[in-house]
Amino acid sequence: MKISKEKFGQAFDALVAEYQIIAPVSDANGIAFKGVKSFSEVKQDYLNSKLPPKAFFFPQHEKLMSYKKEGKDVTVKSELKVENTVLFGIRPCDAKGMQLLDMVFKNDQYTDPYYFERRDKSVIIGVACNKIAPTCFCSSFGLSPAGSEGSDIFLIDLGDSYDVEVITEKGKAVAARFEALSELSADEQALVDKIKDAETSSKVDVSTTTSKLDKMFNNPYWDTLQEKCIGCNVCSFSCPTCHCFDISEEVRKNEGTRVRTWDACMAPLFTLHGSGHNPRDNKKTRWRQRMMHKFNYFVHNNGSMSCVGCGRCIKGCPVNMDIRQVIDGANKAELVVE
Amino acid sequence: MNKIINDIRETARQLLAEGKVDVVIGYEKGSLPLKATPCFVHSSEGVDSLIWDETCENNLATYVAKTPGKKAIVAKGCDSRALAVLLQENQIVRDDLYIIGVSCHGVIDQRKIGAEVGEILEASISDGKISVKGMEGDKEYLFTEVKDATCQTCRYPNPVMEDLHIGDTIEVSQEAAAFADVEALESKSDSERQEYFKEQMSKCIRCYACRNACPLCYCQECFVDCNSPRWLTGGVNRAENLLFQAGRVMHLAGRCVDCGACSRACPQGVDIRALNRKMTKDVYVMYNHESGISEEGKPALNEYSANDPEQFLVKE
Ligand code: SF4
Ligand code: SF4
Ligand code: SF4
Ligand code: SF4
Ligand code: SF4
Repeated sequence: MKISKEKFGQAFDALVAEYQIIAPVSDANGIAFKGVKSFSEVKQDYLNSKLPPKAFFFPQHEKLMSYKKEGKDVTVKSELKVENTVLFGIRPCDAKGMQLLDMVFKNDQYTDPYYFERRDKSVIIGVACNKIAPTCFCSSFGLSPAGSEGSDIFLIDLGDSYDVEVITEKGKAVAARFEALSELSADEQALVDKIKDAETSSKVDVSTTTSKLDKMFNNPYWDTLQEKCIGCNVCSFSCPTCHCFDISEEVRKNEGTRVRTWDACMAPLFTLHGSGHNPRDNKKTRWRQRMMHKFNYFVHNNGSMSCVGCGRCIKGCPVNMDIRQVIDGANKAELVVE
Repeated sequence: MNKIINDIRETARQLLAEGKVDVVIGYEKGSLPLKATPCFVHSSEGVDSLIWDETCENNLATYVAKTPGKKAIVAKGCDSRALAVLLQENQIVRDDLYIIGVSCHGVIDQRKIGAEVGEILEASISDGKISVKGMEGDKEYLFTEVKDATCQTCRYPNPVMEDLHIGDTIEVSQEAAAFADVEALESKSDSERQEYFKEQMSKCIRCYACRNACPLCYCQECFVDCNSPRWLTGGVNRAENLLFQAGRVMHLAGRCVDCGACSRACPQGVDIRALNRKMTKDVYVMYNHESGISEEGKPALNEYSANDPEQFLVKE
């Protein structure tokens, strides 16, 4: 089924009354997901945002609670404020990334209320990639530039209209507002099929990576791999699946807040113990952690790799460390007796 | 292949074969168009990956102290200045270092190209021209049109110290000596300047790529990571971002060699250099000091000279 962009725009604008709407807009620095009030503000022709949309569920700096001590009285306040939200224009890689984050923030013992309050109250409207950047390699992971996995509603841009696929119950509630849906013409159907069949031209073979990494903890590969990395946070902060965080207290006199901030395996404070000891005290162990976590530990723990091939880390890295080459290098590395 | 690349490779081959160094730090072709990537060559078989061109934008001096053993480094003017400061500050050992000096015409500002042609699909450089195929269109540039802002004001394109010079040397243009960019910022009103830095700082995501790309930000514990006392929270907002940058600029006073590595490393396009340049100008005007222009000099803040201009002092 399809909906004209005019009708879609009307439905979108009507949603503003009930939802906070986040969509891609063009700003001084490229494409960013930001709050919008009308469909006219939305950038429709874009590759993907510079930074991943994960911050809407997992903010870079988040107040978990605040507290105050007066005499013997202590008051503790929750700082969680959540609005019903629609995230529009999420690309398939990022929608998949959110599903991977769900696995982190919920397990058999614990469900993170901060993350899931937001996640549960949000509707993801995914939009297929008609244009594919040279750094995109999602097809390596069995994903696709038109994959609807992780979206509640999935759209394919046909120029004047969208092909609409409603996937979940949450999606249904929003799609109920879409008016004047009609069948695709034969030409439009052909275009949809073409977009659905597209693959990224850049692909890396990950079929043996996990089992190879099982045997690579002490491999000399890590010694040289890390040399050019300068240990910044760009790759982790720009990754839709990275999720490490730090919890700290920001205290002034008798009051304070407990905050959660993004951490990254390359950051100096990552896994630093109170004693001053750090089991990962050099770039080698950090890069090994990055690779192992994404392509080995996460697979063992959750059954999926935690890279979706968005290519952001490739574009952002100041020294051109290219994760595709790093994976390829691991695939080809000579095994040593461990 | 041009003669400079050939000479770099041959020099590296010899140094490694003769065991004079354990590693050569240089550049190789990157995985993206118009990107070179730092490379570490440990044996003479690897030297043929070394390259030299207008994409060699990283400051390799950053790696020297952290790389064990004896090392050779391919150094352009600004890399050599950073090495000079590191030597003055006793961070590296001259005897462990072999400097392969190359004069530099400047590096390409890819961001400028990307803003016009979209994602860069292919690019080639020849005879001072850069042809680019982008997702939004194709374009040909003269190198001078897309030369990085830092390189446009570079006063030291020739290495200030080296063990071997490869290629020709470059004459420094007179306009490079001026601080026109800083004066333009100084001539703005307070509120205009405030607006400018507000906008810049709101882009920062505190990834610290600027700090880590900087050859002179080598503190074992940076003030931003120190939690006792805690100078900054993890809050990513304009005020804290500015506090970070202002702190960093102060720590680099009289030390920053104006290589622009921080600005180029920034994934968010924050104009970090605006602050550094102002400080560089002040140090130049007040102390007649330029950092890292010779091996022997001392850092501005480590030396007292009665001949400093110091027009800020109230003299009797
Ligand atoms: S972005 Fe690049 S330099 Fe920074 S930590 Fe990641 S790999 Fe290292
Ligand atoms: S590792 Fe890189 S390519 Fe993979 S999901 Fe993260 S940012 Fe994207
Ligand atoms: S350990 Fe590193 S790779 Fe894994 S989630 Fe954390 S920051 Fe990302
Ligand atoms: S910003 Fe300051 S404290 Fe941090 S590394 Fe640089 S010089 Fe050191
Ligand atoms: S590199 Fe840019 S975004 Fe990152 S901390 Fe520095 S100024 Fe901020």
